[in-house]
Amino acid sequence: MSRFVPDTLVMAERNLVRLPRSPDLLIGFTIQPVMFVLLFAFVFGGAISTPGFDYIDFLIPGIIVQNTAFGGFVTALGLAEDLTKGLIDRFRSLPTSRASVLAGRTLADVVTNSLSIVILVGTGLIIGFSFQTGILEILAGFALLLLFGYAFSWIFALIGMSVSSPEAANGIGFTIIFPITFISSAFVPVESMPAGLEKFAEINPITIVVDAMRALWLGVPAGNNVWGAVVWCLVLIAIFAPLAVRKYRRTAGR
Amino acid sequence: MLGVLGPNGAGKTTAVRVLTTLLPPDAGDASVIGLDVVAEAPALRAQIGLAGQYAAVDENLTGIENLVMVGRLYGKRRAEARRRADELLDRFSLSEAGGRIAKTYSGGMRRRLDLAAALVADPPVLFLDEPTTGLDPRSRLELWETIEALVAEGTTVLLTTQYLDEADRLADRIAVIDRGRVIADGTADELKERVGGLRVEVHLTDASRAADAAMALAPMSEEQPAVDDARVSVRVAREQGTIMEAARRLDQAGIDADDVAVRRPTLDDVFLTLTGRELADEEGEQSADEREEVAA
Repeated sequence: MSRFVPDTLVMAERNLVRLPRSPDLLIGFTIQPVMFVLLFAFVFGGAISTPGFDYIDFLIPGIIVQNTAFGGFVTALGLAEDLTKGLIDRFRSLPTSRASVLAGRTLADVVTNSLSIVILVGTGLIIGFSFQTGILEILAGFALLLLFGYAFSWIFALIGMSVSSPEAANGIGFTIIFPITFISSAFVPVESMPAGLEKFAEINPITIVVDAMRALWLGVPAGNNVWGAVVWCLVLIAIFAPLAVRKYRRTAGR
Repeated sequence: MLGVLGPNGAGKTTAVRVLTTLLPPDAGDASVIGLDVVAEAPALRAQIGLAGQYAAVDENLTGIENLVMVGRLYGKRRAEARRRADELLDRFSLSEAGGRIAKTYSGGMRRRLDLAAALVADPPVLFLDEPTTGLDPRSRLELWETIEALVAEGTTVLLTTQYLDEADRLADRIAVIDRGRVIADGTADELKERVGGLRVEVHLTDASRAADAAMALAPMSEEQPAVDDARVSVRVAREQGTIMEAARRLDQAGIDADDVAVRRPTLDDVFLTLTGRELADEEGEQSADEREEVAA
């Protein structure tokens, strides 16, 4: 276990070094989210009614949460690729700490998520978003986003270790995770949804985190949402990190 | 060097995976250099190197970065890992390519980088799982020479292969496995001896004289000559003078031959004798076997 920290850092470094060499991934972290913000703000924005908010203010925390949920997607893709290429076998044959390959992946995601979040906030500020709270709340919002992104990285780590190919990881990501992020308060007020969906949206952790972000950045009363969001994230990590590591220990190559 | 020879699906890779701690055995136990593959797996991992079928290198890292990463995962400091990486790149003729990302490497270069990665910690035991599968003949020969040099330096190597010439050339001892079981083991010569050693083989100009030829050659051996159309062969004890003697006997009997040769058994013959199946058409055989199993 003493090797856990250095091994994790080596793995994180590996994942960050290779990133700029995959331009498609880099575009996914930078240009794509900006495009989504602009599409939602200017194409749908006029049609969505958000009582009490300017739509840009309503949208930015929501879309950043949605985007951060997908930040860990590169972990699923990368692990699935490492499995098919035999790299996971190589790592498992080395005297490394067993959790470090996955921990390094998810740690690298924190760095890329930070990059995406900064780019998205910058875009938001340019098109009219404004923070309504003090610096502490704003920083707390950033911290919550990173924690939330980290939790989702572990979900994606489990997906990546469980599927047979990067394409399959892609499929699961877009058919399961994508809708979950949409059936939430990220883009529209949940009250506007049909009753069944509204129920789901209200208990959806995405909604809880989005509401917490609106509380932290816009000063909207959030009830217990901020702490609720933190607890949700910790619960997700507590569930998915051990599952993913267990899968890593047992998974055969290919 | 131990060569593990067998067709696809014989269990070679599974055996390597168990011995390199990647797969826990379903039953029984195994140890490498006295370390149990389950109970002492972490200690064992520090003593072994593995190069597999897939050239497991990170294509988005350079050759140097790949080797430094592996070195650091073995617990080396960055500078030390870098020094070792340079040494290995030099040894595997990859120095010039070391700064390029591995995606740009040829198949042979990737295999060499993969092998270099397996050697980062200078392990006393090296596992090579079909290291030359899919390589062109030249790269294959280069890799063989590299492996021979490693063995000459004292590394213990377990090599799996489905190529007979590879096992024949590289391995001191060969274990032939089929459907998960070792069906024979020994040196290449011992295995060949088991299937009948040397034979003298003649091809007759006229197949109708085959019986006469068999009679003429019979005194050369204690065993009966085998006749297959225009080809007659008989087991002989030694090589010297055999061709001359066979030619003389045929000549005396007035039989013309197109070709007289001494044939050494190949590992193909070994496999055929041991399993009743050809190595080469194992693919087709396998699906037939599977059908049989389902029917049973």
